Amino acid sequence: MAFPFPDEVLEHVFSFLHSDRDRNAVSLVCKSWYEIDRWSRRRVFVGNCYAVSPRAVLRRFPEVRSIEIKGKPHFADFDLVPEGWGGYFFPWTASMAVSYPWLEEIRLKRMVVTDACLELIAKSFKNFKVLVLSSCEGFSTDGLAAIAANCRNLRELDLRESEVEDSSGHWLSHFPDTYTSLESLNISCLLSEVSFSALERLVGRCPRLRSLRLNRGVPLDRIASLLRRTPQLVELGTGAYSADLTPDVFSSLSGAFSGLKELRSLSGFWDVVPAYLPAVYSVCSGITTLNLSYATIQSTDLIKLVCECHNLQKLWVLDYIEDSGLEAVAASCKELRELRVFPSGPFEAEPNVALTEQGLVSVSEGCPKLESVLYFCRRMSNAALCTIACNRPNFTRFRLCIIEPRKPDYLTLQPLDVGFGAIVKHCKGLRRLSLSGLLTDRVFELIGTHAKKLEMLSIAFAGESDLGLHHVLSGCESLRKLEIRDCPFGDKALIANAEKLETMRSLWMSSCSVSFGACRLLGQRMPRLNVEVIDESGERPETRPESCPVEKLYVYRSVAGPRLDMPDYVWSMENESSVPI
Amino acid sequence: MAAESGKFRTIDFEETELRLGLTTSKGINGINGKSNYGKRGFQEDTVDLKLNLSSSQGSTVDEAQRTKETAPVAPSKTDPAKRPAKAQVVGWPPVRSFQKNLTAVKPASNEEADRAVGGAALVKVSMDGAPYLRKVDLKQYRNYQELSGALENMLRSFTTGSGGSQGSTKDFTNESRLIDLLNGSESEFDYVPTYEDKDGDWMLVGDVPWQMFIESCKRLRIMKGSEAIGLGIIHQISWIHSIILLDYFDRCSIKNGCVCM
Repeated sequence: MAFPFPDEVLEHVFSFLHSDRDRNAVSLVCKSWYEIDRWSRRRVFVGNCYAVSPRAVLRRFPEVRSIEIKGKPHFADFDLVPEGWGGYFFPWTASMAVSYPWLEEIRLKRMVVTDACLELIAKSFKNFKVLVLSSCEGFSTDGLAAIAANCRNLRELDLRESEVEDSSGHWLSHFPDTYTSLESLNISCLLSEVSFSALERLVGRCPRLRSLRLNRGVPLDRIASLLRRTPQLVELGTGAYSADLTPDVFSSLSGAFSGLKELRSLSGFWDVVPAYLPAVYSVCSGITTLNLSYATIQSTDLIKLVCECHNLQKLWVLDYIEDSGLEAVAASCKELRELRVFPSGPFEAEPNVALTEQGLVSVSEGCPKLESVLYFCRRMSNAALCTIACNRPNFTRFRLCIIEPRKPDYLTLQPLDVGFGAIVKHCKGLRRLSLSGLLTDRVFELIGTHAKKLEMLSIAFAGESDLGLHHVLSGCESLRKLEIRDCPFGDKALIANAEKLETMRSLWMSSCSVSFGACRLLGQRMPRLNVEVIDESGERPETRPESCPVEKLYVYRSVAGPRLDMPDYVWSMENESSVPI
Repeated sequence: MAAESGKFRTIDFEETELRLGLTTSKGINGINGKSNYGKRGFQEDTVDLKLNLSSSQGSTVDEAQRTKETAPVAPSKTDPAKRPAKAQVVGWPPVRSFQKNLTAVKPASNEEADRAVGGAALVKVSMDGAPYLRKVDLKQYRNYQELSGALENMLRSFTTGSGGSQGSTKDFTNESRLIDLLNGSESEFDYVPTYEDKDGDWMLVGDVPWQMFIESCKRLRIMKGSEAIGLGIIHQISWIHSIILLDYFDRCSIKNGCVCM
């Protein structure tokens, strides 16, 4: 079929499509569009590293410049996935080193990245620019040294929340003196200290540096000299925010901050000495993102700081802010879009701060643009949830964690079904939801009925029977990721909705009532699903009775078949004998 | 399997329970624990880090029992009062490990000891013969007792399981090890928790005060007793330790173990 346009024109048109979904849709129109898209696709996102093999990706998209890959399931963040589970980046690096010599960007989340990977990256990609390792592990500062020494065009090095082993080398000094292209550096997760003088020199010679997130070890009394070299900073993460209180240090710091006219984001703030907080007041009016999740300071000090930030859009804070603080936020921060309140004493039996459902209610009333919430608290009521839902139908992400499992409405002692039901009824654009508190199957019926745009759902200690799971799987049309722990959900709902699982990225179920037999059945029936059972007891699944419940189940769609790198506690339920590969 | 089960029945677990003795504390093999404390000087920190590999026991040591006279080698009962205030469910509440160290106690000044050590004190725990590593956050525990409890829970999964498994996982069950022992075929079954400190030296867990331990510990390794000897770790323990081990090995007729003083 002859097209009126030459390929180049189509390619140019396609270049205006930025979402992967649109590009994927385009590639399905006809063979030649498939080919044009194939050759012009520069960015690939792999949501589950085991859903497709590196070779398949490289074969289909030969000219990729930027790749983003995710590895372990989300619950790995909370120690539910044992060590050695997988998510190794090396097979990807090895393949890409050969096929993508012009690769520029690598973004990884929850993957195991070794020093060997980093060395290979440093050697193989001459135009390498961006490395983002989010919640990754397996590498040390030696690997970072290789990146620093070899990647002449590196613009971004972001290690957010990764675990990095300290090899006691001065990796930062490996950036050559001729290297000046750094634009973003995030080393906030590093436990070891970096050489301050190397940092100073690096920062001083990189004029385009706009984002600098330091680690706890960088002392406050030296930050001023860094900041004076980087007046163009847009994002700053301080180190430990404490020093002996002297007027000199204070005025130096204060002066340095006032020079940061472009600053929009502040984070860090470990070990805060409240008396030093006013040093940042001069930049607060421009601040749109404030991350105080390490700032263990009292409500009054938090309020003073936050209320200076009238243009605040994103606030992450500890529950020290208390209800009174959130009321103040509601009054001062009318541009707020995202709020996360983290627990200061998550393992304490008794509440240690005056933070209740009221704080969330206040913010939902006072902040008209609020659309994303992560809130840890110790009590909730259906009435509060209904109020919140009515106030803010524009929620897209609502994650509530009531710290004690199965806690009912504190006023009526009823389950919180009605409250969460109100959330899904009113917030028609809700894409992500996390439940907690006492919940029956009823809440899942409501979710299945109303949460049509829901993409990710997290459930813990909730529900009464398989019906709950069935409601979710049969009703939530947009569901992509479902993670469940400690719920009485079992075989029936899973088997009945087996086909649904192929429309999703993944399903995680731990400490539920799913049997080995059901897992085998699912594995046999659905060849394009990888059904993996995690069982750390040391016994082989064949020896288990069919009805025996599995510890943990991870099901995900894949065109790559069962993976070959499973540790011996992960069993693939693919074929009759359920033999681990 | 049937033949083995007959053997199982002849063993009285309480008498021959496997232990991971560190300090002398209570009466293991008849040694009076009292005399040890004078030497140590930090009584409250050292603890009998017993990794009970039987399935029935809890882990914590009853403080009152420590100073008793020779007691029969009995399993220590779980003292609920000694456990952490609330039974902690794994991964709940869902906070990241680097957020866990923010204590409820609001720091009043900038003299917080924590300053030098950033974030979580995550260390890898390996057990000789086990197929994979685990990790613990040392800052989650307040003393050796709590750590011992956590280690035991964690490593229990390595030690339970049917006796007849083939494959790479070694057989760790109490029963078959004891049988092998009695038959003289198993010579090292005693496990010693050790750690690598900042200087790269391998030390016995329990030797230093708790705070010093969490600041200097880089990784944990549960070694077999004989390996610990082989690595010269026994050099570092006090004479009391070596007496216990000597007595223990002697009692169990170990021929090839040797203790270097």
